[in-house]
Amino acid sequence: MDRNTTIAIIVAIIATAVFGGSDIVALIRNPDGYDGPAMVPATLLLIFLLALAAFTVGRAKSVSAAGGHLENLHSRPAYHGLYAMLWVAIAGFGTFVVMDALGLSYVTSLMGEELAAQLKAGGREMLQIEQNLVLQDARRIAEGRVASAVDPLREYLAATFAEIDGTRVVAVCAASLGMAVLAFFMTFAKIGVAFRARNSSERILRTILLMAAGIAILTTVGILLSLIGETLNFTIGVLDWRIDKFLFGTTWSPLSGVHSGDMDPDKVGAVPLFVGTFMITIIAMLVAVPVGLFAAIYLSDFASKSVRAWAKPMLEILAGIPTVVYGFFAAITVAPAIRDAGAWMGVDVAAQSALAAGVVMGVMIIPFISSLSDDVINAVPQSLRDGSYGLGATKAETIRQVVLPAALPGIVSAVLLGISRAVGETMIVVMAAGQGANLTINPLEEVTTVTVQIVMLILGDTDAATAAGPAYTLGFTLFVITLALNLVALRIVRKYREAYD
Amino acid sequence: MDQTTDIKIVSRDVHVYYGENEAIKGVSLEIEDNTVTAFIGPSGCGKSTFLRCLNRMNDTIDVCRVTGDIELDGHDIYAREIDPVQLRARVGMVFQKPNPFPKSIYDNVAYGPRIHGLADSKADLDAIVEHSLRRAAIWDEVKDRLDAPGTGLSGGQQQRLCIARAIATAPEVLLMDEPCSALDPIATAQVEELIHELRENYAVVIVTHSMQQAARVSQKTAFFHLGLVLEYDETGKIFTNPDHEKTQQYITGRFG
Repeated sequence: MDRNTTIAIIVAIIATAVFGGSDIVALIRNPDGYDGPAMVPATLLLIFLLALAAFTVGRAKSVSAAGGHLENLHSRPAYHGLYAMLWVAIAGFGTFVVMDALGLSYVTSLMGEELAAQLKAGGREMLQIEQNLVLQDARRIAEGRVASAVDPLREYLAATFAEIDGTRVVAVCAASLGMAVLAFFMTFAKIGVAFRARNSSERILRTILLMAAGIAILTTVGILLSLIGETLNFTIGVLDWRIDKFLFGTTWSPLSGVHSGDMDPDKVGAVPLFVGTFMITIIAMLVAVPVGLFAAIYLSDFASKSVRAWAKPMLEILAGIPTVVYGFFAAITVAPAIRDAGAWMGVDVAAQSALAAGVVMGVMIIPFISSLSDDVINAVPQSLRDGSYGLGATKAETIRQVVLPAALPGIVSAVLLGISRAVGETMIVVMAAGQGANLTINPLEEVTTVTVQIVMLILGDTDAATAAGPAYTLGFTLFVITLALNLVALRIVRKYREAYD
Repeated sequence: MDQTTDIKIVSRDVHVYYGENEAIKGVSLEIEDNTVTAFIGPSGCGKSTFLRCLNRMNDTIDVCRVTGDIELDGHDIYAREIDPVQLRARVGMVFQKPNPFPKSIYDNVAYGPRIHGLADSKADLDAIVEHSLRRAAIWDEVKDRLDAPGTGLSGGQQQRLCIARAIATAPEVLLMDEPCSALDPIATAQVEELIHELRENYAVVIVTHSMQQAARVSQKTAFFHLGLVLEYDETGKIFTNPDHEKTQQYITGRFG
């Protein structure tokens, strides 16, 4: 079995090497006809297979080193294999990634110089942005894609690019393969009876986990920093430190003055947007919290097993409906229905209203609240319910006085999650609540929200760089508000939580 | 025994089924008032199941079905007009694992009186809480921290709190399902002493795996085996001169 795997892997390596090798030979013979990208997957596959082979070979060596007494090994054979495999993969793929990035930037700078030299020789001048376009086209021509224009300069550059880039690919592939092979032999030499392969490979795995966590955290920090940076830019550049104009201004029309030059700091008052956002959020939560919570209570404490078996998945299907579907459902069905109902009762309702968007958004959030609450209510131990029943409490009393208080922290976090979804929801509001920045607390009128205005700013025909300022600032303010909301709620929960063990 | 020996609970030919599985196969017992009755027997013999029939806690399990008669003071507790909720107020229960509610000590004890409307005023409720905690021999330990959460007490204190909670609804019968199995010897001794005192006011039925505990606290003992009561007699008789060979084997530790 083991021998068979080894043989299969070695055969695969040889096959790939022959294939990849012929590729390299073909390239060296005929650099112009080079068909580059095929070599990259071949190299990566080769490294992968080499890593697998390192596992098998490393394990086999440790077994033979033990000489029939596996208990003499410090680490189990699989750890020796794992150690070898991890190092080969890291050396191979790591070198590939690093070399590839470095090589690419080197090639780009070489091409820039080449272009400059060509322009100088031809006595021409070109804007930087135009140069970038030419370089991009050259690359496209070299890779056989469609370029914006084809001319002798571009074709010459394309040929140069193909030449340099071909060399780069060969260098990267050769270097990473070489490193992988080096790692293969170095780890192979290390494996022996006393070698602490388990500790070493676990250290490597721990580092990999740490890097994964680091990527998640760094990304968050990066996004946050860019938000803060753009917000500061906008605050200083457009508002000239008058943050109050943004936070307390009541007129939102940031792009009205852009064509004549600058933004008018008196027209970037975000109050209407935040009022709209919170009104719609409140309406949504008024729908979602009672319905979701009652559904959760029914599912966890009253529904029979068979009802629960189909009702819970049905509810969760609601969560799978794309918000855009809710959006046009709100715009086409609910909003007119509300308007008709209003007309019947003699109330004037706008065609697009906060009420329609809020109600549909509430329906969208129901499954989040019900599903999460159902989980936390189910997690309340049966012994607590028994204790309450044993004292002669009814089911309703037990749920209200024992189960819900015990599940409160979980329910609050479910509601918080619902609020975050409501605040961040865009599609439904774009379609059903309108885009007009009215400052109103009447849910029957058209309103707009922060997220909708961000969409309008970014998608509008204004230059993205100009529109980004208010968009980022809105995003940052929203972020700060939701963060504050979460922190406050967390404190409240901590204070009133009824912990059970 | 010197106490009055009115019959509090009578069961006749009680069968309990969990789905297809028959857990209790015809149990007839008479449980006396002001007496501690112990149920002993190997695991899975049905003693806890039978105990839970006495206050209809088995109703909360969907697949469970009970046949036969159980009478409390001569009234069938499985009769249609009996509300299990009211029954459970008369037949209190203490569980194997202490299960205080995640509330303050005071609210734990006041829970029953509040839902049954036993107190007319805050002063009444205070009095019930204090009396119940005193009765459960835990008042001195918690009187200064009635607002502290009940879950913060030690295991033995939690169990006595649960007993106080059961007493607070003024039951007539107290069912205890292995009340000391999660407790250390000192806490066990305290709870056993408490059980001894509770006998003055209540009929106490206790399920236990500890032979010594049954011998120490009970006056009557029922030996359960495979869903049947093999022997039911004075505790002294069961432990010194049992009629049944299986009983003899069980109490001397030869099986179980």
